[in-house]
Amino acid sequence: MTIVGLGLPRRLVEFTVDGEAVRVPEGSTILDACAAAGKDIPTLCFGDTLEPANACRVCMVEVEGSRTLVPSCSRKAEPGMVVRTETDRTRLSRKVVLELLGSATDLSTTPDVAGWMAECGAEPERFGPPAPASDDRDDRRPGEHEIPDGLTAATVRQPVKVDNELYVRDYGKCIQCYKCVDACGEQWQNTFAITMAGRGFDARISTEFANPLPDSACVYCGNCVEVCPTGALSFKREHDKREAGTWDESRQTATTTICTFCGVGCSLTLHVQDNEIVKVTSPHESSVTHGNLCIKGRFGWQHVQNR
Amino acid sequence: MKRKNTEPYVRLTRPLVRDSGELRPASWEEALERAAAGFRRTLDTKGPEAFGMFSCARATNEMNYVAQKFTRAVIGTNNVDSCNRTCHAPSVAGLARVFDSGGGTSSYQEIEDADVIVVWGGNPREAHPIFFQHVLKAVHRGAKLFVIDPRRTSTASWAHRRLQLYVGTDIPLAHAIAREIIHSGLANTAFIERATEGFAEFAASVEPWTLEAAEETTGVPAELIRELAHTYARADRGQLSWTLGITEHHNGTDNVLSLINLALLAGHVGRYGAGLNPLRGQNNVQGGGDMGAIPDRMPGFQNILDADVRAKFDAAWGSNIPPHKGLNLTQMLDAMERGDLTCVYIIGENPVQSEADCEHTIKRLSNVEHLVVQDIFLTKTAQLADVVLPASAAWCESDGTFTNSERRVQRVRKALEPPEGARDDIQLLCELARRLGHDWNYQGGEDVWNELRTLSPMHAGMSYARLEELGGIQWPCYREDELEPTFLHGRLWEEDPAKRGRPAPFTVIAHSPPVDLLTEDFPIRLTTGRRLDSYNTGVQSGGFPSPLRRGETLDLCPADAVRLGVVEDEVVRISSRRGEIEAPVRIDEGLRPGLAFMTFHFPDEIDVNVITIEATCPVAGTAEYKAAAIRVEKLPVTV
Ligand code: SF4
Ligand code: SF4
Ligand code: FES
Repeated sequence: MTIVGLGLPRRLVEFTVDGEAVRVPEGSTILDACAAAGKDIPTLCFGDTLEPANACRVCMVEVEGSRTLVPSCSRKAEPGMVVRTETDRTRLSRKVVLELLGSATDLSTTPDVAGWMAECGAEPERFGPPAPASDDRDDRRPGEHEIPDGLTAATVRQPVKVDNELYVRDYGKCIQCYKCVDACGEQWQNTFAITMAGRGFDARISTEFANPLPDSACVYCGNCVEVCPTGALSFKREHDKREAGTWDESRQTATTTICTFCGVGCSLTLHVQDNEIVKVTSPHESSVTHGNLCIKGRFGWQHVQNR
Repeated sequence: MKRKNTEPYVRLTRPLVRDSGELRPASWEEALERAAAGFRRTLDTKGPEAFGMFSCARATNEMNYVAQKFTRAVIGTNNVDSCNRTCHAPSVAGLARVFDSGGGTSSYQEIEDADVIVVWGGNPREAHPIFFQHVLKAVHRGAKLFVIDPRRTSTASWAHRRLQLYVGTDIPLAHAIAREIIHSGLANTAFIERATEGFAEFAASVEPWTLEAAEETTGVPAELIRELAHTYARADRGQLSWTLGITEHHNGTDNVLSLINLALLAGHVGRYGAGLNPLRGQNNVQGGGDMGAIPDRMPGFQNILDADVRAKFDAAWGSNIPPHKGLNLTQMLDAMERGDLTCVYIIGENPVQSEADCEHTIKRLSNVEHLVVQDIFLTKTAQLADVVLPASAAWCESDGTFTNSERRVQRVRKALEPPEGARDDIQLLCELARRLGHDWNYQGGEDVWNELRTLSPMHAGMSYARLEELGGIQWPCYREDELEPTFLHGRLWEEDPAKRGRPAPFTVIAHSPPVDLLTEDFPIRLTTGRRLDSYNTGVQSGGFPSPLRRGETLDLCPADAVRLGVVEDEVVRISSRRGEIEAPVRIDEGLRPGLAFMTFHFPDEIDVNVITIEATCPVAGTAEYKAAAIRVEKLPVTV
């Protein structure tokens, strides 16, 4: 039997960020504290509704007395800690990480990344021109590696996977942040339709036996799409509109309302362009959904626009 | 069999009126005048009790408030109800009888923090997936999950223990659990003595239900019943949650009461993390009832038989509310058949496809002299109407609120313009009220809500601004500067008898098996439910392409398929005492011999409600959708 604490008032931890004293509730991460202090630290794999996966390493900060840089998204603030977010070391680390990511991956639909790159002077091109796209990285056989020619930069480029009417996987944009794996797995959806396959540079997100989604365990909740930071996973409607050149976020409104398909009361944010719902997300701070939905909430809106 | 390609429904954009038997497009002026004229004619010739309103469990609280006000203040009858009758009316009736309030008692967060969760007659993994995420959070934190269902569903596959009972044996199972709790000295005697009444009689009534007797009747091994009884009773925080597997029976209210008995026995109600929770099937079933769109309650769940309550509303509305309960949906259908109810206003409901034994429903609605249907689609029900009024979609084309299963009132916002030619539900109601001499002027949902807040104490503290700021508020919320606990009925634990209030009564209940008997002619039990990607009669969910959708099937267990000599996808004839349909077979390992399963999602292709039984719960009026007796036959080979 467990007794769940009703939440005693949490103690505050006091520490220093870039010379400023900050106080945060016990258990906060350095990232939480920085956000509270109005500092912008780049993050990619960090998910506000997920346990930190510590995969991308763009959020590294310097902590006095620590030999290595530390990931701010997962390291808890400790009393007396002295944290620096903007030093030569953090900048260099960020530059290299972003260069490596940028040379191997298509970051064209990752919000904010271009700005971070410019700030730290990242030049992914210096690794050479991108190698040609592979046919399908799922076809790679374990242990079979092509020797890099040294003239081109290895990439994860491959054709977009479009195998159903609801969502599209463009793994050439995937940075292997694990967010979708966690959202589909034990942290939220508990469907375990997707996970990491392969090793080293062959590592990739895949389904069981690399089956197309309709033959996988996927239940199209779209929770993986909700958390994907790069646009590697996107809704088919968005994908089609981007292809057609008619996707225009500047003309879109986002209105949060309530789903109509059962009594649970999930919050839906309807993204509307030209009086047409073009995508549905869910607010991550909702105590009902925490950003998650099921297939009906995520995709079941078409009936109102069958006109 | 491939799924027939039915076209998705297309939005209504022009009013329709019936002329010489045919529906034809009309101007708004003509349609509204026709609708109003029919209401006037009914009032003049037959009086208000010949009128019935089917309000909409998918529309906003505000719309439901105005619809019941229209029924009571403009027409002058309490004949107003909604599809909660087809699903959770027994939950409301049962909870209200014991605790004076029909709402689920806990919040979702409390589910996550529970030690034991019993899901009884429900498949939330498919029908309420986001609720089930809260359950799984609890399971991953170490809570024990028991799932009680005739089928081994995807929900059951997460359970620590599955109790696969025979359809319609919930009461014997609950009684055996109760008896075991009592005999093992695990009953929460402190709580029972202080906060309940009728324990002795109840204890005597469950005495015959030994574990062995229950095993025999329910098919659940005695050892599992025992384990559930002990685990639930010993838990610090026990949650009991159910859906239509409990309510859609001819004795649904008794089923609900038998579960409530268990919570009282173990003291699992009125405390953080312990509770009783019906999961509502439609987005605003809870709110529709809370708003008074039911025949026996005024807004705020206030009793219509209470003269002070009526006086308060009469003063506010200038009305003269009849001092008796109105007819519920089931009774309204009966009254149509008798010819007593001749004028019906249906908003957003589709009884032709959602009612059990639907041929019967069509006959009854055809009996009506004046039928007005307000909807976003020309549903099968709208096709019978004399006047069709194209409405807007509540959840995305209007402003208002919905109330979810944890009693959380949340803001619904207009995100889209409705199609040209469709109008807002509340505007339509106001326009009709005006034509009947009532000048209502609501500038939108918030105006309606603020009127409601002055009349319903449990909503008084919920301004739109506050709902916005807090991401929704659970009722009750009496004051703008306070929040009540997330669970209901904490009063039962008060030391002071005055604060404790009316004790919660145990109910003595007799087992009564399904009405549709299994015989040699009809040897298979058909039960019904929902699938993950589809919804109700499919009018809405049919509008999107789902990779999961397989269309309607008759699900059988492998052994039955072999016995009947049928294979997956083979089309078979399914007959009940009411009618017959044809559907392809699907093999489901989660069923056991003698049990078949279907849904109501594709009535335009396969109308399952042709064969369901209309036997209804006398208290709540809900039909026994979960237990029909059927025969499955191979079709002759056609060349
Ligand atoms: S849509 Fe849902 S089930 Fe499918 S892969 Fe994504 S998270 Fe998993
Ligand atoms: S698909 Fe998106 S969410 Fe999943 S690992 Fe790749 S970038 Fe992350
Ligand atoms: S955001 Fe911190 S490691 Fe990725």
